[in-house]
Amino acid sequence: MNGLFKQREPLLALMVVALVLAVGVGAPVFLSAASLANLVTDSTLLVMLALAQMLVIVTRGVDLSVASNLALSGMVAAMLASRHPELPLALPVLAACAVGLALGLVNGWLVGTLALPPIVITLGSMSVYRGLVFVLSGGTWVSAHQMPANFVAFPLTRLLGMPNLVWIAAAVTLAMLFIARHTRFGRDLYAIGNAPHCAGTIGIPTARRLLWTYGLSGLVAGLCGYLWVARYAVAYTEVAYGFEFTVIAACVIGGVSIAGGVGSVTGALLGALFLTVIGNALPVLQVSPFWQSALTGLVILAAVLVNARGNGKRSRQILPLHKNALEQRAH
Amino acid sequence: MNSTALPTDPVQPAQPSTPSTSRYTILDRETRGLKDLFGRWEALLALLLVLVFAANSIVLPHFLDLYNLLDGTVNFSEKAMIALPMALLIICREIDISVAGTLALSSVAMGLAMHAGVPPAALPLVALACGSACGLLNGVLVTRFALPSIVVTIGTVSLYRGLASVVLGDKAFTGYPQLMADWGQGYFFGIVPREFVVLLVLAAVFALVLHTTTWGRRIYAIGNNPDAARFSGIAVDRYRLALFMLTGAMAGLAAFFLTGRIASTRPNIATGWELEVITMVILGGVSIAGGAGTIGGVLLAVLTLGVATYGMSLANIPGIYMTIVVGVLLLVTIALPRLLRARAARK
Repeated sequence: MNGLFKQREPLLALMVVALVLAVGVGAPVFLSAASLANLVTDSTLLVMLALAQMLVIVTRGVDLSVASNLALSGMVAAMLASRHPELPLALPVLAACAVGLALGLVNGWLVGTLALPPIVITLGSMSVYRGLVFVLSGGTWVSAHQMPANFVAFPLTRLLGMPNLVWIAAAVTLAMLFIARHTRFGRDLYAIGNAPHCAGTIGIPTARRLLWTYGLSGLVAGLCGYLWVARYAVAYTEVAYGFEFTVIAACVIGGVSIAGGVGSVTGALLGALFLTVIGNALPVLQVSPFWQSALTGLVILAAVLVNARGNGKRSRQILPLHKNALEQRAH
Repeated sequence: MNSTALPTDPVQPAQPSTPSTSRYTILDRETRGLKDLFGRWEALLALLLVLVFAANSIVLPHFLDLYNLLDGTVNFSEKAMIALPMALLIICREIDISVAGTLALSSVAMGLAMHAGVPPAALPLVALACGSACGLLNGVLVTRFALPSIVVTIGTVSLYRGLASVVLGDKAFTGYPQLMADWGQGYFFGIVPREFVVLLVLAAVFALVLHTTTWGRRIYAIGNNPDAARFSGIAVDRYRLALFMLTGAMAGLAAFFLTGRIASTRPNIATGWELEVITMVILGGVSIAGGAGTIGGVLLAVLTLGVATYGMSLANIPGIYMTIVVGVLLLVTIALPRLLRARAARK
């Protein structure tokens, strides 16, 4: 039992449940089935993006371009669907995924093959992708009445009582779980994050792995791009502006180490759920929306502090080293 | 062991070419040749600046107007003020994502102080104090609790901006005293914007401190290898804390100028600035892996971006195209040396 709670995930799960219950005490409506289902639906996009981001962070990288990628792929899907309403739904969705994948591969090529620092590369591509949304759309909006009905309806259409969004997120979660734990690709990512040089020495094709990790992150961003514009029935340049930080925050809360090599699918999932619970609880508790950002910031800091305390001292030093030697290697 | 984990900095100066006459010749400093000069990042940036400038003056008929050119500097002066300490921080292997939030909160603090009847002359001090306090919190979290700075400042950026929006609500502070307008919008000698002069003075001070003092050398030492720096007796954490506070203070100063320039504090003040500031620093040749970079490079990058923006605004190109230009510039300048070197190595 003691060992169980030393691990991060059960503790985090407990915190999520405790948070939900605590909010429920203040506002019982929060615990209603409809509200909880809503919570799960709201969390889906963040969950998917956080899981993909986790794989990137595990390799000691970071993908700051996800939100811009999402906006661009979403815009492509929305424009395609609104210009050609006769196309089957699958085509705009595939287009969004393809665009997302392509954009991700660009990052992956620069980071992997050219071995450039991920934070700089994705910072640059983030600006470029966001700007391209404007170029593509000419700064105009694609709004609900321009999109075909089935395009907009799909994410919230119910299948076996759950919206499609939830099923998609569940499928992505299972896929990520499989990739991270049971494929050579996934295990290689942990090796790369833990000791990049050793990974090269034992024959892990680092460049190729990184290429496809960022590609995967882009692919998920593309899928989420379609889901986002369809769910909120609007596509414009500023879609998901600043969302990359929320995604990274979800990972960090979920115990994914920014220094690489550490992170689990469950952790990232719970981190995303945690942030969504906070986001959904504040309006229910009638906290002013202006407090939302401040409280989110506090929660992130608190979660990070709690996580850091678990690490403890790794080894004895004769001189007191600065303590974040291990963490700092990420950047 | 650190450097192995990180992609090596693409802008390291060329290896010193030791003369082959004696094995034991130890030069006081690296020999400098033309190749070294042109291999330097700053030289490339200067070339880029000249190119952008030349292109603009050929394409745009009204570009070469001294008054307009100087007026254009206000668009980047405040960001560049934050870029200076950010460069030091990144050289030191840290980063501060929270600067725009700090700026917003400092601006709000000035608004509150003004309504509380603080005299105009004390408002910059309020901004500086608020900025330093924000920086102090970042620094304490990073140094005391051994947290990675990128994570801490992602948290504090929502905290600071959130607190600012809690105070502001959906309103805005206006009616700032004339003193702030004088500094934010005013000119020296009727032609040089005061902000630009302040920026140049600050840049000179930062360059002196970073490049000529022991403190500056120690910042490089920490960035190159924090462990080695610690073992050679540098109080690493104290430097880190000081740099975070300095960055916060400069964000506060930028808040003073920006608030004076736009004469108001709005909830969306300076959104997205953190990334623009970091872009300036990295484009200036500061290595994200720490330990390399110069203030001169940062200033050149600031001017290059400034000239490009100004030219585009003269040509009536929407601002968002600028983000593409900045992004492409960043990607190309980072990737190009690596591509060229790879080609040279293959030959």
